[in-house]
Amino acid sequence: MRAQFVLSEIGVGLRRNLTMTFAVVVSVALSLALFGGSLLMSDQVNQMKGYWYDKINVSIFLCNKSNAQNDPNCAKGAVTEDQKKAILADLDKMPVVQKVTYESQDEAYKHYKEQFGDSPLASTITPDQMQESYRIQLKNPEQYKVIASAFNGRDGVQSVQDQKGILDNLFGLLNGMNWAARAVMSLMLVVALMLIVNTVRVSAFSRRRETGIMRLVGASGFYIQAPFIMEAAVAGLIGGTVACGFLVLARYFIIDHGLALSEKLNLINFIGWDAVLTKLPLILATSLLMPALAAFFALRKYLKV
Amino acid sequence: MIRFDNVSKVYPKQTRPALRDVSLEVEKGEFVFLVGSSGSGKSTFLRLILREERCSHGQVHVLGKDLARVSNWKVPQIRRQLGTVFQDFRLLPNKTVAENVAFAQEVIGKSKGEIRKSVPQVLDLVGLGGKEDRRPGELSGGEQQRVAIARAFVNRPLLLICDEPTGNLDPQTSVGIMKLLDRINRTGTTVLMATHDQNIVDQMRKRVIELEKGRLVRDQARGVYGYQH
Repeated sequence: MRAQFVLSEIGVGLRRNLTMTFAVVVSVALSLALFGGSLLMSDQVNQMKGYWYDKINVSIFLCNKSNAQNDPNCAKGAVTEDQKKAILADLDKMPVVQKVTYESQDEAYKHYKEQFGDSPLASTITPDQMQESYRIQLKNPEQYKVIASAFNGRDGVQSVQDQKGILDNLFGLLNGMNWAARAVMSLMLVVALMLIVNTVRVSAFSRRRETGIMRLVGASGFYIQAPFIMEAAVAGLIGGTVACGFLVLARYFIIDHGLALSEKLNLINFIGWDAVLTKLPLILATSLLMPALAAFFALRKYLKV
Repeated sequence: MIRFDNVSKVYPKQTRPALRDVSLEVEKGEFVFLVGSSGSGKSTFLRLILREERCSHGQVHVLGKDLARVSNWKVPQIRRQLGTVFQDFRLLPNKTVAENVAFAQEVIGKSKGEIRKSVPQVLDLVGLGGKEDRRPGELSGGEQQRVAIARAFVNRPLLLICDEPTGNLDPQTSVGIMKLLDRINRTGTTVLMATHDQNIVDQMRKRVIELEKGRLVRDQARGVYGYQH
């Protein structure tokens, strides 16, 4: 098969169906941009969940030296070994507790670094500024208040936090947005596929004279179909490239500049460029293969070989 | 070359078969006219040979192969050994004469060198030397049909199938086309031609096969168009 011949056929086909090609490009671009956006949003949520989110329900933060100076709950100084033992013993006695894990300052520092690695705040933190803590898994997550009332205000305890409860609201919102994005994406995807099928149908009809002659002189099925499939793939790839552009611009204007969320919300560690860039090959591959497959199946119906 | 064994063809959603129990054989190098009124099954007969349709009963052998046993993806291999010419020429209007002929070689992957050699050769054979760069629209009907024949013949098929090739041409031009087909036949190519043109059939005195309502009603060695019982 001669590449030049096939390429010229593709060019002719795309230009002949310019409006349809444009519609395919736009719908593929939108659906894949939403697809990428939804992937990035899940990345962001996972990053924010941090080390403990899925493992525990309640955290008891113990006083450290710096708490002792500025936190009224820790007015009696940093937590002592005896206090820690007493707390642990009491926790073990409580029937609502499923499991208790102790997190030392060093471990806390390590997990903090994992979660907030790049943010400006993290670089100024040292291990002895971290708090020791007991991380508690409850038999029933609703029973958080039992722990809170038992340990709040106790010597050496800085605070009792139902972290999961706090974060769940935020993650609920983000997940909701994610599902909305997926719903719109699926719809756009269906639109894109229908447009591709229709484009192929129009294209096959307008070239039925050529394909008829090809058939009669014994061109192989693949040879006859290839220009149509590649036409769809090229249109899809253009759409995929546009989608990649959207994602890069979105990362740039929402997080770094423009909206500049990374400055306004500097407690949140946002996803980095690597998260964005690793999604791009996936999007490009999808934009190439999906329309090609759609065209292939459309041709079985509309192009006799 | 072609063998039909008790071939019937019933199209879906139709009760009357297009072909009924047709058996015949066409040998290599023959020139055969296929005659019959419209709806007699001529087109179905040709479509079965080209494997555009499969027969409902019986067997169709073309070039020694049972077409029912040829898988779909191998059909192109068979069609490359068949040339086809139609009443409506089926040329590509936006390509030149030479490009139209070359198209038949490009799509089966012939090299540029081969194409450059064989296209002028075949255009000379059909009498269109010097008109390589014209477009079909600039040519007369007879010349267009010559282009179509050149395209059908450029890959040197063993069998040339013509579906009313003179149907759109005046009698004088038709004679020219028939002389050309005769010349091609003399190179050893089998020619099967469906036609309504009584004069041509009567003049050529070749084998005539007549279909009527899907049945084979006549197979005459040196026949004429009409009935001769």
